[in-house]
Amino acid sequence: MYERGWQRVAILVLFLAPSLLGTFIFVLGPIVASLGLSFTEWDLLTPPIFAGLGNFRKLFTDKEFWSALRHTLSFLIGYIPLVMVFGLLIAVALNSQLPLRNAFRAIYFLPVVASWVAVALVWKWLFNPFYGLINNALALIGITGPSWLFDPNWAMPAVILTSVWKDVGFVMTILLAGLQGIPREYYEASSIDGASARQNLFFITLPLLTPTLFFALTISLINAFQVFDQVYIMTEGGPAGATTVLVERIVKYAFSFNQMGYASAMSWFLFVLIFLVTIIFSKLQKRWAL
Amino acid sequence: MIRKISLTLLILIGAFIMLLPFVWMLSTSIKPSNAVLSLPPQLIPAEPTLEAYQRVAKSFPIVRVFLNSIWVAIATTLGQLLICSMSGYAFARFEFRGRNVLFTIYLATLMVPFIVTITPLFIIVKNLGWTNTYAGLIIPMMFSPFGTFLMRQFFLSSPRELEEAATIDGANTLTTFFRIMLPLTGPAFATLGVLSIMGSWNNFLWPLLIVSDRKFMTLPVALSALQGIYPGQTDWNLIMAGTVINVLPMILVFLFAQRWVVEGVAASGLKG
Repeated sequence: MYERGWQRVAILVLFLAPSLLGTFIFVLGPIVASLGLSFTEWDLLTPPIFAGLGNFRKLFTDKEFWSALRHTLSFLIGYIPLVMVFGLLIAVALNSQLPLRNAFRAIYFLPVVASWVAVALVWKWLFNPFYGLINNALALIGITGPSWLFDPNWAMPAVILTSVWKDVGFVMTILLAGLQGIPREYYEASSIDGASARQNLFFITLPLLTPTLFFALTISLINAFQVFDQVYIMTEGGPAGATTVLVERIVKYAFSFNQMGYASAMSWFLFVLIFLVTIIFSKLQKRWAL
Repeated sequence: MIRKISLTLLILIGAFIMLLPFVWMLSTSIKPSNAVLSLPPQLIPAEPTLEAYQRVAKSFPIVRVFLNSIWVAIATTLGQLLICSMSGYAFARFEFRGRNVLFTIYLATLMVPFIVTITPLFIIVKNLGWTNTYAGLIIPMMFSPFGTFLMRQFFLSSPRELEEAATIDGANTLTTFFRIMLPLTGPAFATLGVLSIMGSWNNFLWPLLIVSDRKFMTLPVALSALQGIYPGQTDWNLIMAGTVINVLPMILVFLFAQRWVVEGVAASGLKG
């Protein structure tokens, strides 16, 4: 920019002020405020009371919170391996020369563009114990399906399956971009040396895909820790609290129980958890990539 | 050859599993109420009807809700594009004290999950009097540090010579930005725009908290409310009609803008 003096300042303000103002009020401000709130008790009606570490101490003795954390982790343990393995298999398959390759890529991606509310409702209907497609299909091969979302043991697996269906195209797309970045020359060289398809996969594709795999894995983990929409629509945390998860607890405490301080403390606990996992994975990746 | 056929077959089965829920959704939505619970389930309805759609329109101001969703998505996206391209340009090209510190703060906010901000954000918006308004739905969602980051990267990678030539020809910074640089941002705009439209159209938690008046609901919130009105077993055709109305426009956007959607998702790791 060649303007000088006040003109320079005016232009700078014009370009930056909207973004700065909005980011400070609606993004940064709330982040700082929520950290502050986590050290208070506030019911929105009376002024906040400073509570020191009280909220965090309460976290460690709150059984409900621990069961929500356990459910979040069991979601993660079921969801992450499935979505990564299927995402990888589909990406590798759709990276090879198949007929209608682009149509398949689009089909696998479709659930990603649908809203979580819509997807959760469709699957709630599919999982209907009596009239749903899934149990009727199971009945055809002689299996009596469980009552899924109404059964405390099967509700979480149903939520996991739904989430894998919705996100597998997301993981596939990230991995496909990584696969397309692998130079063809490597495969040409290996085919001259007589390598098999399996050798190509394990000695060229997977090693070179490692950074992308870590990227997809980290993103999926971050998202999985924040699982909410599907649970809210499909089970509302039920049956008998079998699918309460962290974000659902935070929303409940903040907006149903009006415990703003405690809700903020929970959300910072979640943030620190996500942050630590992200750090661990980026360290792991560095070690892996030699 | 056998390998290839079996691979194609597996991919076909997978594609069938991906499509089946959509087919089931559409099929249920055009069933008359008395056929919804028929056993065995009919994948292709014997007597298709638009009855469920008419009932959705009767029990909900669905046209208004639909237009709300469109308006909120477009306004949020246009706002994001303008604000992020200007701040991105400032971070890429202007030199001022504190620039790097500010930009680092922007990047740092990217790591913080939305749920952390939600309590104070709600209180701020409530105190502004923005509950049950378009402002409350749109304005807090317009400021995307990620968008600023994306636009900054784009401007950093575009050649300086164009701006230098414009300056020599006597254009000031405003003219250079709006007449020369903005028209070049096509690819970056497409990526950010598509992510923003998808994100806004499918957003659930924020509109759920900020809107209770049906007149300001967006489609996902209306859908979840629709489920609450009819908790019974028999109204799945009604709810599926609602989901079709919610899902179909985004599928169309995706089919037309597939390249940008895929590039945006692959590069950012965001689902909108």
